[in-house]
Amino acid sequence: MELSLATRAVGEHTVLEVGGEVDVYTAPRLRERLLELIDGGARHVVVDLGRVDFLDSTGLGVLVGALKRLRSAGGSFALVCDKEPLLKIFRITALDQVFPLYPTVDAAIGADPTGAGV
Amino acid sequence: MATVRLSFSPAPVHVRTARLVGVAVARRAGVREDLLDEVRLAIGEACTRAVALHRQYHVPDPVLVEMSDAGSYSVRVVDRAPIEASIGLTALDADQLANESLDEDDLTTGVGFALLAGFVEDLQVRPVDEGVGTEVRMVWPVGR
Repeated sequence: MELSLATRAVGEHTVLEVGGEVDVYTAPRLRERLLELIDGGARHVVVDLGRVDFLDSTGLGVLVGALKRLRSAGGSFALVCDKEPLLKIFRITALDQVFPLYPTVDAAIGADPTGAGV
Repeated sequence: MATVRLSFSPAPVHVRTARLVGVAVARRAGVREDLLDEVRLAIGEACTRAVALHRQYHVPDPVLVEMSDAGSYSVRVVDRAPIEASIGLTALDADQLANESLDEDDLTTGVGFALLAGFVEDLQVRPVDEGVGTEVRMVWPVGR
């Protein structure tokens, strides 16, 4: 399945809904979109992986890049994921200790330590 | 015994094709359904690594993927990059992953190896027998 990207605003947060396959071919599009959002002023970004069927190391690299960029800009970055196969990927790579991971978008926004929750 | 060979130009767009073929042959070979996601991810990571190396070293030769179901399901992914077989095969810990100075390519390489090592119990990475290049060999049990 092709990559799908959709953005919506929830209060001060920008939620990027990602669907389909994030791999070495499609990850550059995800990187571009995240950079567009950050360069456009988004500072509190939640990436919803709920409709992602496949995620590889290239996609994870893009997500880490966005996390670092936002943190250095004083922003926040969180992931929404409740699928066990994807969660296993985060555990195996130790990225579950790097990303704030939440089961729902509401939980991600409500838990934002920057106080930007709605 | 059945063998399926696939060779593809070292372009990211073809990695998905290799994953799809690899999972189809795995299913046909009798690999358990609950392992197929891991087979798909591991073949994808091995092919992604090969494509990245070919592009980095400007090697136009195709990447070879060979699948065989002789007693178990084995997959060989062969690249022709002129490097030591062990390069890039280090998993990173959480502190390294979060380190600001780690660039995205190095992070992706380390994460890719962590996924291969984490999802494939029987994994070998070694120089090819002839010429230059590396062979990543992965084996899964079949349920029959």
